[in-house]
Amino acid sequence: MKVRFPTDLQLRPTRAHEVCGPSAAVFAACHASQQDGPILWITEVWRSDRLHPRGLSRFFDPARLVLIEARRAIDVLWSAEEGLRSGAVGMVVAELTRAPDLTASRRLQLAAEAGGTLGLFIIPEGTGSNAAETRWHATPIRGSGAVWDSTPMRWRTIKNKRGTLVNAEVAWDATAHRLLLDTTLGKRAAHPPQHAL
Amino acid sequence: MASARLTRRSTRFDATPAPFAVLRAVRGADRIHCLNAAAETAGLSRGQGVTDARAICPDLVTAPSDLRAEQRFLLTIARWMDRYAPFVAPDGEDALVLDISGAAHLFGGEEALLEDMADRLSRAGLEARLGCADTRGAAWALAHFAPGIAPPGATRATLARLTPEALRIDADTATGLRRLGLDTIDAVANVPRISLARRFGTGLTHRLDRVLGAEPDPISPLAPESDWEVSKLLQEPVGTVPAVMAVLEQLLEPLCLRLEQAEQGARQLSLHVRRTDHTVSVLEVGLARPMRDVERILGLFAKGVEAVDAGFGIEHLRLVATSREPLRLRQLTRAEGEGADHLSDLISRIAGRVGFEHVLRYLPGQSHLPEHSFIIAPAAYSEAAPGWPASATLRPLVHFPPEPLEGQGPRPPKRFRWRGMRLTLLSAEGPERISPEWWLDRPAWRSGVRDYWRVEARKDGTAAHGAEEETRRLWLFHTPQTDAWSVQGVLA
Repeated sequence: MKVRFPTDLQLRPTRAHEVCGPSAAVFAACHASQQDGPILWITEVWRSDRLHPRGLSRFFDPARLVLIEARRAIDVLWSAEEGLRSGAVGMVVAELTRAPDLTASRRLQLAAEAGGTLGLFIIPEGTGSNAAETRWHATPIRGSGAVWDSTPMRWRTIKNKRGTLVNAEVAWDATAHRLLLDTTLGKRAAHPPQHAL
Repeated sequence: MASARLTRRSTRFDATPAPFAVLRAVRGADRIHCLNAAAETAGLSRGQGVTDARAICPDLVTAPSDLRAEQRFLLTIARWMDRYAPFVAPDGEDALVLDISGAAHLFGGEEALLEDMADRLSRAGLEARLGCADTRGAAWALAHFAPGIAPPGATRATLARLTPEALRIDADTATGLRRLGLDTIDAVANVPRISLARRFGTGLTHRLDRVLGAEPDPISPLAPESDWEVSKLLQEPVGTVPAVMAVLEQLLEPLCLRLEQAEQGARQLSLHVRRTDHTVSVLEVGLARPMRDVERILGLFAKGVEAVDAGFGIEHLRLVATSREPLRLRQLTRAEGEGADHLSDLISRIAGRVGFEHVLRYLPGQSHLPEHSFIIAPAAYSEAAPGWPASATLRPLVHFPPEPLEGQGPRPPKRFRWRGMRLTLLSAEGPERISPEWWLDRPAWRSGVRDYWRVEARKDGTAAHGAEEETRRLWLFHTPQTDAWSVQGVLA
């Protein structure tokens, strides 16, 4: 059973989104847990940071994951486009070393629409592409200290093509598979986003 | 045969062929390896030095020998010989042996069969010497020394007058026999066997027995040609992608039907596209799982076909299922099928570009060591293992090879640097002690037991408790034996 995220924190389906920040992988895993079907996770083979399936199992069943370790950055984009366009997977997550240029990101956006698949691109902080539907920043924040299993994070939108910007403090409840909202949804005034578009 | 391979196309139209010979280097000197009838009439013979030959016949045309091409040519003829009998094998460099037992009557008897064979071969520009006898050795002798047929049961009588070389023995033995005055096979066969064996070794008696049928001399036929191959020669060359795809579909249909009948699925297919200028480009397609579905395989070829340079047109397509795996016939239920099919198609497509070894899946592992508690397997060659055992302890989402930290003592360091960041410890939970597997030698675990800690640390330079505060949750371990700290993962 899935408990849906609050609307503000959902990623619009059949679009390509971007996320950056130290907790980007957790952000991706949380949203992958919301999707049905296999998850295509694309990364480059030289990266030393690998997903740990037992860590992943707190978010979704690792059996759903198909991991692609591409040799070149261009293969990451190519595989992502194929995955998005095929419609065979529930979600495509791709780790990029730099944000795709306008052509690439537009292609990915069109592929996501054509295949009806959700795409999420993990990009380095401070970069981004114009065609992305939303761009998120995810960072860990200090926990309340009570339970260690919780994963307090701050999710905020840097960019949102349609809709308001969000700044939320959330945590993942691994047993109930739901998002705990601690939070201050829509508390924008206190902390204006830097790259609002 | 080697000369016929090169001249047969021209001689077909040429009334009086020029003397022609194929040369082969023997101990540093070019010698005639094979020659045509015109060269033979000019007085040349096999084994002659090329300088002597040129002196005898100045207008001799020569070509160097190509062993591989000759062998291929012989195999091609052997394949064609399937029309006469199922057991065909190459015999030496320029001969073929056929077992026509029970097949001759289909062509109207041995004579008619040989006539038909000679006729067809001569039309192909080949001059064949045919021999037919009860035994393989006798047939060889006839073909090489006196083309014709030995009637059943009359092998010895037919061969009686042939020279000892017809026994297919080495030159020294043959010369030895001649020196003893044994000029014919009949003479050799009449000598007491014990004397022959004492003088020439048992090799000679064995040959004699084989030729005369006292000893079996089986032939090992060529394996039947692969059935997983279809080809199409087009009447008019084609040059457009839809046309090639249409032909490919026509090729795939019989191939997939054959696979279905054999309850197999293709795992790897290669398409050889031959253009009018005889250049061949090969497209390879690997499949994530055995498959025999025309539509889906066709889809996987689409990208490759687009990239083929058609030049002046494509005239021949050959499709081979180079690798196959059993694929049982079974009824698909509504629930399965579609989704899994789409995923495996996607895996095939992506793996076609990034390689099958780079499309992976996690499978549960047996080890209790965090970094060995799972197996990474190629997705195309493994089944997803649903239902991961619930992990009793927290594991990081992202892990990496241990990165050493400065710090000592059993408690996590209060302040440390990691990946260019200065971090101050906020809270820590642990330790979780993990012992190495003593029965396996893992270099990374030689430092002994590890005490794992989950720590939360603030990035220096960010305000405490403010909105700007940045923290990191890391997975550290301490090795008491060496008193060192390392980071191995990021929790969130």
